[in-house]
Amino acid sequence: MSDAPFYFAQFLTGLASASSLFLVASGLSLIFGVTRIVNFAHGSFYMLGAFTAYSLVNALPSGIFGFWSSVFLSALLVGLIGAMFEFVVLRRIYRAPELFQLVATFALVLIIQDAALWIWGAEDLLGPRAPGLDGAIEIFGERIPEYDLALIVAGPAVLLAVWLFLHRSRWGTLIRAATEDREMAGALGVNQSLLFTAVFFLGSFLAGLGGALQVPREAASLLMDLNVIAEAFVVVVIGGMGSIVGAFLAAVLVAELNAFGILVLPKITIVLAFIVMAVVLIVRPWGLLGKPQAGQHGAGEPEQPLRPLAGLPLVAALIVVAALVLAPAIAGDFMLVLLTDFLVAALFAASLHFIMGPGGMISFGHAVFFGLGAYGAALLVKFAGAGMIVALAVAPLCAAAAGVVVGWFCVRLSGVYLAMLTLAVAQIVWSIAFQWQDVTGGDDGIVGVWPAQWAASKAAYYYVALVLCLGGIWLLHRFTHAPFGYGLRAGRDSSLRAESIGINVHAHQWMAFVIAGGLAGVAGSVFVFSKGSIFPDELAIPRSVDGLIMVLLGGIKMLFGPIAGAAAFTFLEDIVTRLSYWRAIFGGLILLIVLAAPDGVAGGFARLTTRWRGKALQAKP
Amino acid sequence: MTTVMKVSGLSKHFGGVRAVQDVSFELGENQLLALIGPNGAGKTTCFNMLTGQLKSDSGSILMLGKEMTGLKPRQIWRLGVARTFQITETFASMTVSENVQMALMSHEREMFGFWARAKDRYVPDALELLMQVDMADQARRPCAELAYGDLKRLELAVALAHSPRILLMDEPTAGMAPGERKSLMALVAGLVGKGGVSVLFTEHDMDIVFGHAEKVMVLDQGELVAAGTPAEVRANPLVQEIYLGQPARIDQSGDEGAADA
Repeated sequence: MSDAPFYFAQFLTGLASASSLFLVASGLSLIFGVTRIVNFAHGSFYMLGAFTAYSLVNALPSGIFGFWSSVFLSALLVGLIGAMFEFVVLRRIYRAPELFQLVATFALVLIIQDAALWIWGAEDLLGPRAPGLDGAIEIFGERIPEYDLALIVAGPAVLLAVWLFLHRSRWGTLIRAATEDREMAGALGVNQSLLFTAVFFLGSFLAGLGGALQVPREAASLLMDLNVIAEAFVVVVIGGMGSIVGAFLAAVLVAELNAFGILVLPKITIVLAFIVMAVVLIVRPWGLLGKPQAGQHGAGEPEQPLRPLAGLPLVAALIVVAALVLAPAIAGDFMLVLLTDFLVAALFAASLHFIMGPGGMISFGHAVFFGLGAYGAALLVKFAGAGMIVALAVAPLCAAAAGVVVGWFCVRLSGVYLAMLTLAVAQIVWSIAFQWQDVTGGDDGIVGVWPAQWAASKAAYYYVALVLCLGGIWLLHRFTHAPFGYGLRAGRDSSLRAESIGINVHAHQWMAFVIAGGLAGVAGSVFVFSKGSIFPDELAIPRSVDGLIMVLLGGIKMLFGPIAGAAAFTFLEDIVTRLSYWRAIFGGLILLIVLAAPDGVAGGFARLTTRWRGKALQAKP
Repeated sequence: MTTVMKVSGLSKHFGGVRAVQDVSFELGENQLLALIGPNGAGKTTCFNMLTGQLKSDSGSILMLGKEMTGLKPRQIWRLGVARTFQITETFASMTVSENVQMALMSHEREMFGFWARAKDRYVPDALELLMQVDMADQARRPCAELAYGDLKRLELAVALAHSPRILLMDEPTAGMAPGERKSLMALVAGLVGKGGVSVLFTEHDMDIVFGHAEKVMVLDQGELVAAGTPAEVRANPLVQEIYLGQPARIDQSGDEGAADA
């Protein structure tokens, strides 16, 4: 008696999962291919599909017709919601930097989260089995659910349908043309707005379909969105952004990896997929079947030359610093805690800005460095019995060391692929922190990491945070104005020119990762002593997105943007999280800001002053 | 005349397209050498191999007595070879002066400095270089605001920053107004005349080529088909055929544009 039948059954289960994964990923890939938007909300569309299908199946008369029409109607509904989002929000910000669109989609994630919580509640909802497919078939002595077999057929069927649509219909041809070269398609008279809306409809439809089809297999839950989006990103990147066939191959690969990985290393299946993705990206930086991205033409207005901090801005900065120094004299403990949070957030955002602004590299995983600083400090205290000073000094080095490793991989990629790799790293490190119970405490985290005696009062620790965080920000500012920072900007502006005047662009970018990693680590270690504890959440993807939001709130082209962004974020979060359905409110606020000030809070301010200055200049004779 | 650059047997294929085929030539010291040819002849491919942007399939490139094949662009630059781009490549988020300062800082190996204010480094030297290309009055303007002709001149100033012995210019006057073209090439010719730098350039504008180059090489379908003084090249019947064309040739020129892409 061999294990072959069991492995075969496992293989079939993998294929069934591959089908629904493919549906989500293909939609994501289509949307990215045409609009160049990394749609974080795609997982939310999938979740919506599952929830609406659950409701419709229960509302419509049971039976084969009822079941399949609920699946179809859910997909249709989700498709319409996606199209509406494109029409109402994204359409207004296509000209903004691509990160803005990303943050807008993340705002939608928050809104859909709370909408689903409001409509369907927090309970997991398991739908009925599919009528007519509720049995199981015995294959080689293993019972395989009929529904799984149907899904195995459905995946390739949808692939075929999408492929035929893309290659045989006029719309499909336009979509492929726009994927290849959006500007050229536009120049040839293709109605881009309509095309984008259509692609959003199609992509969201597929996500909704994937979610709806999942109802008989898996309970619809509020965790579905971010769970599936991480996997879908992996699939899309492995397959190649914009390639449907690639998405299918990658979906099968990842799903089988999960199906068999779970037998060998049950705890780290997601890590396995991310490792495969990292390897694929190193070997083929644009995925299995993807094509190297054409360079972006005219990506927004170039940044203004740097000016040294002088005059009015210097006075303003000094006033802010003075206010922060004097704060303990008037602020109560609560306010001091909030200000400490702000300082930590400001250094975190500033370090992220260092690689994103001057470095021009988008990172979705910056919280990794923050978390490693925090965990590093906590572990030093817990296992090595280190004091606060030692922990604060050594932990950032751990984060910087991670910067050495992560940076080495990252500088070999660019654009979205780089962002995806950082996302992968974040997910891997998060999984380790989450599952390595013996060391990190897993979900329970590490508690009891308090400051030294002399820094125990809120005010004393506030000063520790003030010195370290402002010091870190000042260093970043100094580096940005130093030849190194200029070299980094040079590589971003034109790597061709930089290399042809002897600047080693990769070395600059790599070093930037190390610096940014180390200083995010400082922020993390300051954080852990201020809270007394650390949990895996602090290095998860949403935390990284927080950083992105802060940078964008402040305006990526502004040196002091991240600080303004961190301030806005910290205080908004503090106010909003006290309300029920705060995620939706927060998401709405983000959308509002994204729509009103595409260059961020500080950017909007700068625009006003430039306009004012421009008028003053014109007024002179 | 001493030779500063000796290219032999340089070849490059893109799939089935022979972009550059067994090209050999020499650049003499203080020479102004032009490389011309119709669109798709392989000029830019050839150029990108010389500057290290593209790896050659075979052949050797000796510059200043050193083998350059396999070196990265920045290593070639360090050895005293500067270049300008067909479509300008400048640092849009910096001022005109800062663009030049970058090259100066890089030459002094200061790029990994974390403390100095980059803005204040080598300002007088940068200004002097900008003066050479008649851009000193625009030194403090953001580079992003410049007219295209001015960008081309800025590129020349950047290229001259580390006093290169060899200057490679890919269509230095493309996109400039006719008047500007002449003055730019007169400037380059003047530099060569003063001594110290030797220039290889590609060009479409025949007035520029025949007006300034000491020697002209003609590339067609990846191969060097003629070389000589401007007068010789002008009189060459093959060159005339390539440029003026004959009905029979047009049918054969299937791979146009493939190599220059």
